[in-house]
Amino acid sequence: MTERNNSAWSPSSRELERQGSRRAINRKQVIIAAVSSLLVLGTLALVLVTSPGWQSVKSTFFDIEYGKEVLPTVIKGLWINLQLTFMGGAAIGVIALGLALLRTTKSPTLTPFRFLATAYVDIFRGAPLILIILLVGFGVPALGLKGISSNVIFLGTVAVVLTYSAYVAEVIRSGILSIHPSQRAAARSLGLSSGQTMRYVVLPQAIRRVVPPLLNDFVSLLKDTGLVSILGVTDAVRAAQINAAVPLITRHMLWQQFYFYSSLFQ
Amino acid sequence: MSNVLELKNVRKSFGDELVLNDLSLVVPEHTATVLIGASGSGKSTLLRCVNLLETIDDGQIFLDGKEITDPLINVDDIRRKLGMVFQSFNLFPHKTVLENITLAPIKVQGKSAEEARIAAKALLSRFDLADKADQYPDRLSGGQQQRVAIIRSLAVNPRLLLLDEITSALDPVLVNEVLSIVRDLKGDGMTMVLATHEMGFATQVADEVCFLESGNILERGSAQAVLHNPTNPKTQEFLKRVHQAGRL
Repeated sequence: MTERNNSAWSPSSRELERQGSRRAINRKQVIIAAVSSLLVLGTLALVLVTSPGWQSVKSTFFDIEYGKEVLPTVIKGLWINLQLTFMGGAAIGVIALGLALLRTTKSPTLTPFRFLATAYVDIFRGAPLILIILLVGFGVPALGLKGISSNVIFLGTVAVVLTYSAYVAEVIRSGILSIHPSQRAAARSLGLSSGQTMRYVVLPQAIRRVVPPLLNDFVSLLKDTGLVSILGVTDAVRAAQINAAVPLITRHMLWQQFYFYSSLFQ
Repeated sequence: MSNVLELKNVRKSFGDELVLNDLSLVVPEHTATVLIGASGSGKSTLLRCVNLLETIDDGQIFLDGKEITDPLINVDDIRRKLGMVFQSFNLFPHKTVLENITLAPIKVQGKSAEEARIAAKALLSRFDLADKADQYPDRLSGGQQQRVAIIRSLAVNPRLLLLDEITSALDPVLVNEVLSIVRDLKGDGMTMVLATHEMGFATQVADEVCFLESGNILERGSAQAVLHNPTNPKTQEFLKRVHQAGRL
């Protein structure tokens, strides 16, 4: 083998010339980028600030004094938010994996569960998250069942988990289906059972492939757990007893959703 | 000498297309049977049927005298006795070479991780791949990948090895390194069924060569007889085309 050594090399004059030209081109591009950014962003800012309602919008939404005042509360809320995200995320992972496996299995014993999993995904993916939160948060305590927590944060999180599991299940399922059948054939021909093939060959590859869309879902989960706060701080049992406390809009949305499903399944 | 594999009047179709038509074949212990024939003649399907990756429409397949086409049989038990190597290698990309090889011994045969690792390393050294044990498949050349795939199928001590056009995806230099493994295995007395387009190689290892056409074996016999003095006009035609392509 010839020795591959770069240390003895010094660039030719032509190469030095080329490097000089590349640097010049780079400088020019940086200047163009800076000027055009300044122009575009400056114009946008100007349009915003000179708009007739800017002063009132600014004092309503972007009041810095108010921002300083609420900072501690926001941080406390954020902490709860993070806790809900991670606990909910773990539950979503487990349920979604179960749903995805059920939907991809060919086992005849699991046929009814496969149908149920499909129905579950279709229903929860089709419903607005806010409706599920209101329904679980106010509806479940109103049932008056014993042994079921009436903690609004818990119920709100359950609602988020129910909805997100449907989305995440589909992401995982798409990963499972993306693994080429030859991988399965190779595993089965080595004597691995279908369960072992899924566990050791298909799933590890499938999960790796769907990490980017799963991160998408994780980020929106982080934001959507904040919606749990619409259930308010009042005890949900009491809130449910007072009929008026259930927002009228919930009932309206529920029927809207029902009609939406009926039109889908026709 | 007992028969490891026996196919009796096997029939298989995909939709309207008849792929195996009343095909019978006997593979005695320690012999290599080579299947030749044009693409679509049913070679791969035959191997996949033996490995129970496809369900046959009629006929019977026996492994060591036991019918494996009985629907009540445990397919995983049968596949444990068969090694299969594919044209496209099909290594598990998320596992290292060593993990690829030890997966089945550990999970299927219940060997300890240590035991499986020692056995796998012995096989890797034997075929000059010891330094690749901790690499991932995508870091290997095609020839190396296919040799690992062969070792993976050997690691479960199969009774019968099924090789499905294992050199079709490789360039001529790599073909040779893969085929030398097969020659070694033949020397060990491994029973094999191979589908191949490498006629020269077929001459070297085959105890019997079968020419397949439209799902049936039109001509069978020693490599010398089938490849060099074919009697069936269709075999003659096929070999003439192979010859023209410079593959004989």
